[in-house]
Amino acid sequence: MSDEKMKITLHVWRQKGPSAPGELKTYKVDNVNPHMSFLEMLDVLNEELLQKNEDPIAFDHDCREGICGMCSMVVNGRPHGPRKATTTCQLHMRSFKSGDEIYIEPWRAKAFPIIKDLMVDRSAFDRIIASGGYVAVHTGGAPDANALPIGKKDADEAFDYAACIGCGACVAACPNASAMLFVGAKVAHLGKLPQGEVERRSRVLNMVHTMDTEGFGACTNHGECSASCPKEIPLEAIMTLNRDYARASFSGDE
Amino acid sequence: MELNARIPAGPISEKWDKHRFELKLVNPANKRKFKIIVVGSGLAGGSAAATLAELGYDVDCFCFQDSPRRAHSIAAQGGINAAKNYPNDGDSIYRLFYDTVKGGDYRAREANVYRLAQISNNIIDQCVAQGVPFAREYGGMLANRSFGGAQVSRTFYARGQTGQQLLLGAYSALERMIGAGKVKMHPRTEMLDLVLVDGHARGIVTRNLITGAIESWAADAVILATGGYGNVFYLSTNAMGSNVTASYRCYKRGAGFANPCFTQIHPTCIPVSGDYQSKLTLMSESLRNDGRVWVPKKAEDCRKRPREIPEEDRDYYLERKYPAFGNLVPRDVASRAAKEAVDSGRSVLAGSPAVYLDFGNAIRRDGEDAIRDRYGNLFDMYERISGENPYETPMRIYPAVHYTMGGLWVDYNLMSTIPGLHVLGEANFSDHGANRLGASALMQGLADGYFVIPYTIGHYLATAKQPKVSTDHAAFKAAEEAVKGRLKRLLSVGGDKSVDYFHRTLGVDILWEYCGMARNEAGLKKALQLIPELRERFWKEIRVPGSASELNIWLEKAGRVADFLEFAEILCLDALNREESCGGHFREEHQTADGEAKRDDHKFAYGAVWEYKGDNQAPALNKEQLSFEYVKLATRNYA
Repeated sequence: MSDEKMKITLHVWRQKGPSAPGELKTYKVDNVNPHMSFLEMLDVLNEELLQKNEDPIAFDHDCREGICGMCSMVVNGRPHGPRKATTTCQLHMRSFKSGDEIYIEPWRAKAFPIIKDLMVDRSAFDRIIASGGYVAVHTGGAPDANALPIGKKDADEAFDYAACIGCGACVAACPNASAMLFVGAKVAHLGKLPQGEVERRSRVLNMVHTMDTEGFGACTNHGECSASCPKEIPLEAIMTLNRDYARASFSGDE
Repeated sequence: MELNARIPAGPISEKWDKHRFELKLVNPANKRKFKIIVVGSGLAGGSAAATLAELGYDVDCFCFQDSPRRAHSIAAQGGINAAKNYPNDGDSIYRLFYDTVKGGDYRAREANVYRLAQISNNIIDQCVAQGVPFAREYGGMLANRSFGGAQVSRTFYARGQTGQQLLLGAYSALERMIGAGKVKMHPRTEMLDLVLVDGHARGIVTRNLITGAIESWAADAVILATGGYGNVFYLSTNAMGSNVTASYRCYKRGAGFANPCFTQIHPTCIPVSGDYQSKLTLMSESLRNDGRVWVPKKAEDCRKRPREIPEEDRDYYLERKYPAFGNLVPRDVASRAAKEAVDSGRSVLAGSPAVYLDFGNAIRRDGEDAIRDRYGNLFDMYERISGENPYETPMRIYPAVHYTMGGLWVDYNLMSTIPGLHVLGEANFSDHGANRLGASALMQGLADGYFVIPYTIGHYLATAKQPKVSTDHAAFKAAEEAVKGRLKRLLSVGGDKSVDYFHRTLGVDILWEYCGMARNEAGLKKALQLIPELRERFWKEIRVPGSASELNIWLEKAGRVADFLEFAEILCLDALNREESCGGHFREEHQTADGEAKRDDHKFAYGAVWEYKGDNQAPALNKEQLSFEYVKLATRNYA
């Protein structure tokens, strides 16, 4: 791995507030170390902006190890950037080369209004979960954990869907800004487990209803969501969602 | 400062049951009349907020992230301990209790740890009922693995993402209560002060991180679940936003801060690669189940490719020094051994300290698929960060600050020295003594939130009998003014240095250097001289652009670093005071002939509780003497 410093040109979306007009602004960053993470490169740029008394670029980030789901930027047209199954915070500059021009934009979706620059409001996801993305058990009184055997295959598949980090890349990638993969992941996770069976019907109806009222679009089978998901949630989540939704819609009982 | 731990009388196995019966209850119809503030939405805060709302309390929950699901508990990888004894390998509540007290190097309160071990089993039941997808065997039963500091397999896990799955469980319970209108959630809101009325914690002052609005919130009790202070070291495995401000503000309002020098350095992290580095990434301790730690025997071999170094030229130093536990010795022991290997000139990375963690044997023994099944996501993460493929070449690792055992002092009811202020999870000091065992943080966070505070806070509310207060009270106005004044001061310095410069200097150049893996009197005294100097420079040279009435990332950071700059001094004072080596605190003056930690139970079997005495005044040291009735104090021996 070369340690040679890289020169990068960035075009970053700057927008003061939700209703302010935004624009792409160009910045040159020299001395980029290939071992730097993408966000560390932005940290360096923000330090430079500070020295020039310019407003720093606002972006969401926290754990910087690809699990909290906070980081959220479209890099060269792809949510989280060019590397498969990788959040922006885990993207390293060795994925680029000196002289590259990089476009950085926020998640764009009606349901995710821009707060400032690259920060968006994803609280719609929380409201979707609040409307049914759980097993309604109170604390206390749960039976012994081994009382109910669950096959390894089902448990593993449930995990594959539960791995969703709620970052919203699926919505940003979708031409319709659909949240079907996000909702499907939770429906499929709990649907794979006996614990989730009791509320299966009400869960899918309520979550889909909230998804619609929050302003997310419909799925038209592009598959961009799964392709840009940093946790590689499979498209089957959407099939499960559609199947459960259809079944729940046609059955009278709750 | 009165330190009454309120440990119930009676045999240890009956204390919690007896105590629960003796605790006063709040009538179900009256619970909704009590407002409880929960600060933090991780495993401890999220589970507490959800459970208290289920019980009927009126809960307001605050977090600085954009969603409660993003709290840093989410990054815990390896697992959660419980005394289920499903593998039939000799585990029991008593053994988990014993291992935890011993692992904590005999600096934790026995009664609290026993309760933790008792509750551990309920946690697993609860999480499974929520739909947490723990790893399972083919027969459908839950799988267990072993972890550092234990000779039984008691760790439940969900691949390498156990913290995420447990947090999403607590988050889903919390969201259910938010949806039901029982919890009001305040994301992107940071607590900047605690408000006391008549000596009781009655509310908080917050800053809305989007609008900059300073707001007051009144309540009948306050719960702090704001995590640890590892980021005082600048580089740590904590999330970027993790900070000490909430705890430190409570300290300044009179809450005792206990054992701040008990900081945990995690042995398996990805090494530092350059000055631009913003954080360090942990690789789960579970990797030590199959990975073997080594460095070359000869310093001149360190630049060779690892596969070219024959077996006989490798020093598997943990297996050599600790044959019984081998690569599974507790974290503090493994970390110091790595430092020792590197200090002997055998780092395996040019320009940065590192040792190998090698899966070659395990892959040959079990096959690559089996290893991928166990650690696939961790290997992928390593590859993404380092650019190297750990299936082919050994990982390079080095210890990094990971967890802080110290925290606000709490009694058996998890209440601090301020009546009404309760502290849960990593933010308190209670269960891990001087060193936390792997897979015990998740256990403690959830124990506190799901199964302890729901009982004990009722007792406080039923007995405190404080009148209702509103945010019109003068104490709220005064606290708001203090917060605003402080923000204004940060904005008005007008220097030319960034917050990160001061944070890095404090953490890397001072604390890691003089108060890191090994500490000595001269170094700590040096740190105690450097910290106030740096603090003075901070208040003269810092540049914080923008205003307080908008989203201002530099201002957020500046406030946190200003508190770190004060808190660091207590950390070093505590380290200087504790003239013994125990757990994560290693004083070079106190070691055995072969370099192992030497505890001094005669002089230091106490919790050191620091009391704020005013700005520029030395804090007062109070002591909670620990008594060990069940666990026999012994030298920890993992050989």
